[in-house]
Amino acid sequence: MHWILAPWPWYVSGPLIAFTMFLLLYMGKTFGMSSNLRTICTLLGAGKTARLFRFDWKSQRWNLLVMVGAAIGGFLASHYLSIHQAPKINEKTVQDLQKMGFESAGKTYVPTELYGSQVFSSPKMVAILFIGGLLVGFGSRYAGGCTSGHSISGISNLQLPSLIATIGFFIGGLIMVHFIFPYLFSL
Amino acid sequence: MKSFVFLFVGTFFGIVMYKSEAASWFRIYEMFRFQSIHMYGLMGSALLIGILLVQFIKSTKMRDAQGNVIAIPNKEKSIKRYLIGGIVFGLGWALAGACPGPMYVLAGTGYLPMLVVILGAVIGTWIYGLVAKKKLPT
Repeated sequence: MHWILAPWPWYVSGPLIAFTMFLLLYMGKTFGMSSNLRTICTLLGAGKTARLFRFDWKSQRWNLLVMVGAAIGGFLASHYLSIHQAPKINEKTVQDLQKMGFESAGKTYVPTELYGSQVFSSPKMVAILFIGGLLVGFGSRYAGGCTSGHSISGISNLQLPSLIATIGFFIGGLIMVHFIFPYLFSL
Repeated sequence: MKSFVFLFVGTFFGIVMYKSEAASWFRIYEMFRFQSIHMYGLMGSALLIGILLVQFIKSTKMRDAQGNVIAIPNKEKSIKRYLIGGIVFGLGWALAGACPGPMYVLAGTGYLPMLVVILGAVIGTWIYGLVAKKKLPT
């Protein structure tokens, strides 16, 4: 059982992600998590405001179930299949993050500075999380998919648009981490 | 029964996302600093197996559980929307440290601030729906 409770190495997890895609294809569906955001908009009544949201949400019910499952999986993995899992990131990364004020680097699964419940008393941190989400939601729909739909499913199907989107994901991520983080998190 | 299968696939995916640490903000940051092979190995090995599986499905004209030949739709041709949309997505991915799959995973784990990210993502998607086609290059 020890190997289940330990962090899973990438060469085990990577193929398991591909297997997830395969299971969904076998079920006659496709692997794409950001589509759920569109479905949620439809459920909230966005269909009255834009054509993108005018579709029968029931056709995406299966994907909402995958989404709910993912949340259940996160609960099970963190509470029952892990012993205080904290990613063993590069020592250099830890030092850099601590200089930026992330004391929790190397000690917790996600930074307490962003995901601890005390962030609700920090308007700056709440704004960072909200804007982060906003960009992910807008960008994934504009690009027609996210990491699951493009970087995994699309490239597996040798789609050039998915490669372009994935290059875009990296350009955006590199700009954020290298050029914007120093302003956001400098002490 | 079918509902149960999708719930199961999602649960499996959620466990993999958590245990692989693809749902960790720290791993995403480390990836964009090129300071570890972890995320590259994760995506690379997923793609290697993914490409082989898709080629196998196509070359054998494999049938799905309902008996239909599995057809994977091609993506529409364009450069601008994928590049611009991708960059916007990447900015958010690095900032929040979560893409749409891990968002749900971490919300399930009990990180309540993740609900702020999900709220942002839903509103971001909605805004895209409002401005799409009319005002954006495609």
